Amino acid sequence: MTFLEYAPAPESTSILDLKSEYGLFINGEFVPGNGESFTTISPATEQKITTISCASEADVDTAVAAARRAYEKTWSKLSGTDRGKYLFRIARLVQERSRELAVAETLDNGKPIKESRDVDVPLVAAWFFYYAGWADKLDHAGLGPNPRSLGVAAQVIPWNFPLLMLAWKIAPALAAGNTVVLKPAETTSLTAMLFAEILQQADLPAGVVNIVTGAGATGSALVNHPDVNKVAFTGSTAVGRSIARSTAGTGKKLTLELGGKGANIVFDDAPIDQAIEGIVNGIFFNQGQVCCAGSRLLVQESVHDEVVERLKERLSTLRVGDPLDKNTDIGAINSASQLGRMRELSDIGEQEGATRWSPASNLPQQGFWFPPTIFTNVSTSHRIARDEIFGPVLSVLTFRTPTEAIAKANNTPYGLSAGIWSDKGSRVLAVADKLRAGVVWANTFNKFDPASPFGGYKESGYGREGGRHGLGAYLAPAAGPKSSVVSAIMNKTPLGGSK
Amino acid sequence: MSTARLGVPKTYKLYIGGKFVRSESGRVYEVATRKGGPMLNTVNAAKGSRKDARDAVTAARAAVSGWAGTSGYNRGQVLYRIAEVLDGRRAQFAEEIAASEGVSDTAAAAQVDEAIDLWVWYAGWADKYVQVAGNANPVSGPYFNLSTPEPTGVVAVIAPQGVGSLLGFVRAVAPVLVSGNTVVVLGNERAPLAALSLGEVLATSDVPAGVVNILSGSPAEIAPWLASHADVNALDLLGAENLDWVDLQIDAAETLKRVLPPETGPDAGAPSIDRITFFTETKTVWHTKGLL
Repeated sequence: MTFLEYAPAPESTSILDLKSEYGLFINGEFVPGNGESFTTISPATEQKITTISCASEADVDTAVAAARRAYEKTWSKLSGTDRGKYLFRIARLVQERSRELAVAETLDNGKPIKESRDVDVPLVAAWFFYYAGWADKLDHAGLGPNPRSLGVAAQVIPWNFPLLMLAWKIAPALAAGNTVVLKPAETTSLTAMLFAEILQQADLPAGVVNIVTGAGATGSALVNHPDVNKVAFTGSTAVGRSIARSTAGTGKKLTLELGGKGANIVFDDAPIDQAIEGIVNGIFFNQGQVCCAGSRLLVQESVHDEVVERLKERLSTLRVGDPLDKNTDIGAINSASQLGRMRELSDIGEQEGATRWSPASNLPQQGFWFPPTIFTNVSTSHRIARDEIFGPVLSVLTFRTPTEAIAKANNTPYGLSAGIWSDKGSRVLAVADKLRAGVVWANTFNKFDPASPFGGYKESGYGREGGRHGLGAYLAPAAGPKSSVVSAIMNKTPLGGSK
Repeated sequence: MSTARLGVPKTYKLYIGGKFVRSESGRVYEVATRKGGPMLNTVNAAKGSRKDARDAVTAARAAVSGWAGTSGYNRGQVLYRIAEVLDGRRAQFAEEIAASEGVSDTAAAAQVDEAIDLWVWYAGWADKYVQVAGNANPVSGPYFNLSTPEPTGVVAVIAPQGVGSLLGFVRAVAPVLVSGNTVVVLGNERAPLAALSLGEVLATSDVPAGVVNILSGSPAEIAPWLASHADVNALDLLGAENLDWVDLQIDAAETLKRVLPPETGPDAGAPSIDRITFFTETKTVWHTKGLL
């Protein structure tokens, strides 16, 4: 055993007590779905974990009806204080069952246990705690006195942070007084099912949260249901576009959190040790399956060679393998189709002339794996510099001046995240001002907090999740005149007959 | 014996990139005015085309960095300057409104006054809305974390089409400018004169060229090109009630534009900070704090 070899240290799965089959969670109970059930597998082993129900259009209709009933009869009549108390209960139960949730998440998603245990699940609890406290303070949310809830929220979430995205969606929706029908991603429904058990333990009134599992057709039926008032979607820009089209003219309030191609800008005066760790965290956290990943590294030319060399050294020490192993840095790719996309785009990167590098690694025979990869000699026109790869693939580009760095960083239809590495505060602030991105991390990357708004510019979507702004996505101003400035002019019959 | 002086009627042109231009299509359309008034019975206005709309977007895009880069204090002064200059030309605007809307002189004058006061109201927001819409975020960790709104970019606006051709225009355009967006506006089709003349006020109020671009003509014809234009970031359908506005919203989805739906009635486009913040993007910046 050499210096960097470790004995296996797998987290035990004995804490899990999974059912052989999970139904839909509608009106407070698990019920079988009318669609064709499907299997959820561990992406690290391709072994079956359990069977998940599929919600048909009729099931979605039942779930929306349950949410509507709960909204009219229960949830909208409850005081903000009591809504908050339910959310606090949920937060506490998440904390109590955190180990179990982390193991289930890692098993089902393939992410390293150290991430699900130390990042995902603690943030889930934090999200419920944060929004619990807002429930009886909505007058201070910035929408004026007595803001109104919207009604039934349809929420569709991705597979990269299954339980965390559920929390981002459900916590603010309930705090604001809405009821929810949520659809988890097809490949990662497991922790949503455990969360449904937590809701039962918390005695949350039936129908306030409904969870319908299934694939794209289920999600489509949900967001297009005529009786939902709010649609919140996190996922690909292509699906986001189609939702924006299909909700046009319906009056449904829409939040879209879509793709990204984040630039991580390293200036020559950057603290290199921290920058290397930040670059690695920016693109290899969660196998790079992060919408705000720092997938484009923009390095000032004078430090390019040093940064790339240091990065290669660091990547050589990353441990790829069993996600349940406590020493694993990079786990499994979530699905065969995602793996296929990473391979395809990386091959295109080579074909277009970029130089590909990965550390030597023995990837397991079973499961879906992709080694951490760096492309150098990348130009802005390359597909790997433009398309979201959504994997552990870093494209390295260079710049000479801050102006060039800003121009390159903004040269994308996306605008979700960016990073700046420099020891010069005035430069950091000036560059942050110019970046067209919803989240900018200065001398850090991929930090998340329930108090901090998250969301994109341009084709990365609209609306914010987190913080006071995230609450506003689930509220409307009080009914009545919008302004104290009353106009005598506009209150006339429309123009007509003059021509 | 005295003879009435022969008037010198104005050629009403588009306002694009700080210049008053005819439509590249060469088209004009007749705008009927009140018979017997001081203006001609029939006035022509330029009939904007797809190409004019594209030119306007190009001009608006080029003006974004300059206008968005000015301080809120500075933008507020420029917007206030619009009110000052408009106030000095109240009679002309009242005349154009009365003639083209067919309303009484009193009503027309009242509309101009309200429009002037609205510029003043929005001018005052330019250096304040950031404080109201942004905040510091108490995150768990050694970070200084701040969320601030920034202008979205180029906004296409369909101005209200009913009575209130000047006030409706100002209600639509002024809030978009407050944060530093630039605009391409489709004016009131039947009563375009006040909006086109407002271009003259903007041109002499230190509003940089390209910040406001005004098109007269048919919104039904031009709006789809703006809704689908990839260099437009947001779409305000305020006056689009009688257009196929759902189709416009669907067109806008292709580039994920932010879209405000049509409004009707006396509250349509009523003064509100929401109309300012809708056309902004919240940027959240995390700064690492050093360990002492």
